[in-house]
Order: sequence, then structure tokens, then C-alpha cells
Amino acid sequence: MSVDTATVARIAALARIKLGEGELEAMVPELNGILAWVEQLGEVDVAGVEPMTAVIENHLRLRDDVIDADPLTGGGIRDKVLANAPAAEHGFFGVPKVIE
Amino acid sequence: MTELTELGVAAIRDGVAKGDFTAAEVAEAFNANVAAAQDALNAFIVATPDKAIAAAKATDAKRAAGEALGKMGGVPIGMKDLFATVGVQTTAASHILEGFVPQYESTVSQKLWDAGAGMLGKLNLDQFAMGSSNETSYFGNVISPWRRNDGGNAPLAPGGSSGGSSAAVSARLCPAATGTDTGGSIRQPAAFTGITGIKPTYGRCSRWGIVAFASSLDQAGPMARDTRDCAIMLEAMAGFDPKDATSLDMPVPAWEAGLSADLAGKTVGIPREYRMDGMDADVAKSWDDGIAWLKDAGARVIDIALPHTRYALPAYYIIAPAEASSNLARYDGVRYGLRDLPDGAGLQDMYAATRAAGFGAEVKRRILIGTYVLSAGFYDAYYTQAQKVRTLISRDFTAAFEQCDVILAPTAPSAAFALGDNIDDPLSMYLNDVFAVPASLAGLPAMSVPAGLNREGLPLGLQIIGRPFDEQGVLNAGLAIEQRAGFAAKPEKWW
Repeated sequence: MSVDTATVARIAALARIKLGEGELEAMVPELNGILAWVEQLGEVDVAGVEPMTAVIENHLRLRDDVIDADPLTGGGIRDKVLANAPAAEHGFFGVPKVIE
Repeated sequence: MTELTELGVAAIRDGVAKGDFTAAEVAEAFNANVAAAQDALNAFIVATPDKAIAAAKATDAKRAAGEALGKMGGVPIGMKDLFATVGVQTTAASHILEGFVPQYESTVSQKLWDAGAGMLGKLNLDQFAMGSSNETSYFGNVISPWRRNDGGNAPLAPGGSSGGSSAAVSARLCPAATGTDTGGSIRQPAAFTGITGIKPTYGRCSRWGIVAFASSLDQAGPMARDTRDCAIMLEAMAGFDPKDATSLDMPVPAWEAGLSADLAGKTVGIPREYRMDGMDADVAKSWDDGIAWLKDAGARVIDIALPHTRYALPAYYIIAPAEASSNLARYDGVRYGLRDLPDGAGLQDMYAATRAAGFGAEVKRRILIGTYVLSAGFYDAYYTQAQKVRTLISRDFTAAFEQCDVILAPTAPSAAFALGDNIDDPLSMYLNDVFAVPASLAGLPAMSVPAGLNREGLPLGLQIIGRPFDEQGVLNAGLAIEQRAGFAAKPEKWW
């Protein structure tokens, strides 16, 4: 499989990365080079093989059902959450208008 | 007395404890080296000399009060700029996180401070840890302190992604540094600069507070001058953390106390698939040296097969970009980091403009590949197939470890290359990690130890791969090589 300019434009739109026309053109052969190289995985016989889900066997834990049991990951830290926001306003994240 | 900056972790810890010198004297000596090398090597993004002094003074005060000093008491270290540090800019070497000042501390860095270490600064790296030469940093290339013996003085790559860490440790700017390893990012830079580095079993070190690249692969580990120093620092970094869902709920072994270079009764596997056509002659020789050294240490050496080795790198270059495309979706110009809001732009345009301005070329390339292989219609052909191949690679190791205790291989296919040599060809750059990636895909502990110098006078590393949770076996084989290799070379100071 290989990609053309229209496909790369679609992927870039999905990934929310604006690419200029020159960048788009340059990306097509680069991505095709990588995709052609990974294509060799298709020759591996994977009949009956489950895809890897965890490299080291582990079980998913549930945390105790306690509010703010860990203050680092609990709530009540609005100002810290907003501290690095490019446009914090009135205790919220500011964004451009989303409704016309 | 030896110059303080020639000392490693164990020597500093013991010297401070005995009162041979103070922690403050050590911090001052390293602070001076950091400042003097910055223009030439560019190993640090931010230096934090005051933090190093403050931690050292706290250690000296504890000693005066007769209190315990901790596993890393009085040892100043470099922190890869991928670990969130309270109040100190954390960038992942990207423009999109330039100016980001974390409000919390990563688990691993907090553990190191709790163990008595101090921070000399935040180390440069490949942007979002994506690269093998430290040429993708927004903050400029790191220059290796090493030079070829041809007198040409070509600037060489320190390896990547932990290139600031490897350059700083080998240039004596810090006795040890943190690294992270997703597909070789501790081991390859360690090999390129003649230092030692270990990636532990996946889950040993908490990922909480480490800027995420590929979460099923990312592991933190120490980079230092020798095996003992790595064992000490890894003990301080590892341990269960409920804030990381994949953290291993197991006690941290006493790796330093368990060090032994006697390998009697141990079997070392030599994977025949790693001996590739056209292998660099010096690399091949260093591998043969390693085999002889491990035999001399009492080990039995056997050939083993890891049949799916050649598929590891292509599988990695589907899985890692897929995870990266998902992880890096968080950089949107809303909650933290850069925002690029063109005139009259809406929310979607702001996302696209912010990410275009904030990510470097290699990061964009990987996000696009990841987005493509996860997109509807291609997911099974690429991503699911790669995860199945990953299962087969992991099974190869499981089968091999029924016959042997550790595996010995080169760390990288060559010594350090010159800056610019591979940057225009992503595939040739990716091949640097051909020997490192299989252990990453299987989540295994793996380390690089210096084996000697090649014909150009540049360091070569040997890699030891172990069973899950057997960091001790890996460290012990590393120690056996270290004692026999007698590697004492260091870069001649030109900076």
C-alpha cells in the first residue's frame, strides 16, 4: 500500500497538523519509504497468534473508592491545573468561539 | 585527592558519608563543569545549580545531625528533560512545551530527591525522545565529547534519544543521569559515549510524570560510569507506584548488594540472527571479546535462535508511532504549552496551527505514520499485524530463556556517527536500534556496558538482555564484562 498527496492531506487533517503544500509534497515519499519497509511484516505467519496486549503479565488494579485518596491525582487543584494554560479566563480554559 | 568530578555515584556517596569531602563541594565542582561545557556540548536545556547546592547542603546538614543520607546521598545528577520537575521548565526538547512549568514532580525524580540526590539541570534529548542522534531537539544538537582519532574533529552524535544524558556523563558534567528507553534510547547513547546504562523490566520504574512517547515501551533507567553506579541509582528509581497502571507491584531487590561477577553455573545465549551480513568488523570483534570474557567469568556460552529478530524494527515502527500519535494528541494549545491562534481562526484551525508550529519534522512524521496505521481500513493490516509479530518476538525470548540465563549481543551496529550523516534518511537512522528494539518490544531488562574502542578510537558497547525481573542477572554479567574489558578511556577534554 502506498499513499498519495490526497491521502497524506487526509491523515494530516485527522492528526490536526497543518501542512503547507511543500511540506505535504515532501512527506509523501518519506511516508511511502517507511510504509514500504514495514510491509515486510505481511510475510510473517501469524495464524493463531494473539496480538500483544501486555509485555509483562499484570492485572489492572482498581483504586480505593475514596475521594482525593491521593492528593496528587485528586481534585481541588484548579489553579494548578490552569497554571500553564495559554489563555486561562475566569477559572476556565479559554478557547476561540466554537459556535457561530 | 582525586578531582571530585572524576568520581562516580558510589565514590561520592561513600566519600560524603565518611566525611572525605562535603556534598556541597561535590555539587560546586559539577556545577562548574556544567557551566564550562554548555556552549560546546549543549548537553543541558536548563542548568539548575541552585537546586544542586540546596540538595547538597541538606545532605551535609543531615550528616552533621547524624541522620541517614539515603542511597544517593550527596550525589548530584542530570535529569533528562522528559521528567516533570516542579517549578523547572520541562520541554521534552520540543517547542510545543517550551515554557511549560510542571506543578508536580514525576515519581522517579521524586524518588531520587528522596534518596538524597540533587539536580544539576535538565538534559537535552531528541524531541519527545524520537531519534537516535539527538538531532531532533528544538534546543539544538548535543555534541558528543568524543572525537575520532583522525584529527578531523568532526562533531559526533552522542546517540539518542538520551543524548544529553550520555554526553554529560561521559564528559564528567555529572556522575550519573536519568535516561528513558523506548526502543534503545538508554543503551545506544550509552554505547556511543563509553558509559553504562540499564533499561529495567517494563513496569519497574513508574512512568507517572514522564512525558509519554509510546506507553507500552517507555521505561526509565540510570546512565552512569559503571555497573555498580547503575545498580545503586536503579534501586533509588524503581518501585511500585499506584499512579501508573502498569507499575509492577513487586519489592525492589538490593541490586548493589547482590552484585557478583562470578558467572559459574550461568549460561549465556548468543543469538545467531544478530550476526548480520556486512557487520562492522570492530563490532564483531568486540562481541567475540565479550564471549571470551563471560567464559572467563565461568559462564557456559551457547548459540540460540531468535527467529523473528528481523521483524522487530518494522513492528516497532508501527507500534511506537501508533502510540505516539495517540499520546501526543494532548498537545492542543488549550491546556498547556504553545498556542498558535491565527487571526479569525476557529478551534480546529487553532489545533492544526499549534501542532504545525510546535512539533518538529520527525515528530510530525511519526504522528502521521501512527495516524495512518490506526485509521479505519488499515488498522488490522498494520497495527494488529505488528502486535501479533510482537507476540512472536516475545515468544522467541521466552523459548531462548529456557536454555540460557542472559543473552549477549552488540548494543548498536556501529560506533558513533558524525552529525548529519543519517538525518536526511529516516530508515538508516532507525537501523541504529536494530539490536536494541527486540528487548524493548518484549519488555525485558537490558543494559549496555563499554567493551572497548574501535579503530577510530570511539567506544563500542555490549548489550546484555535478561529474563523479566532479572536485572540482577543482567547487572552481574555486565560487571563480569566491565572487570575484564578494563575500559578506562574517556574523551580528551577539548571543550
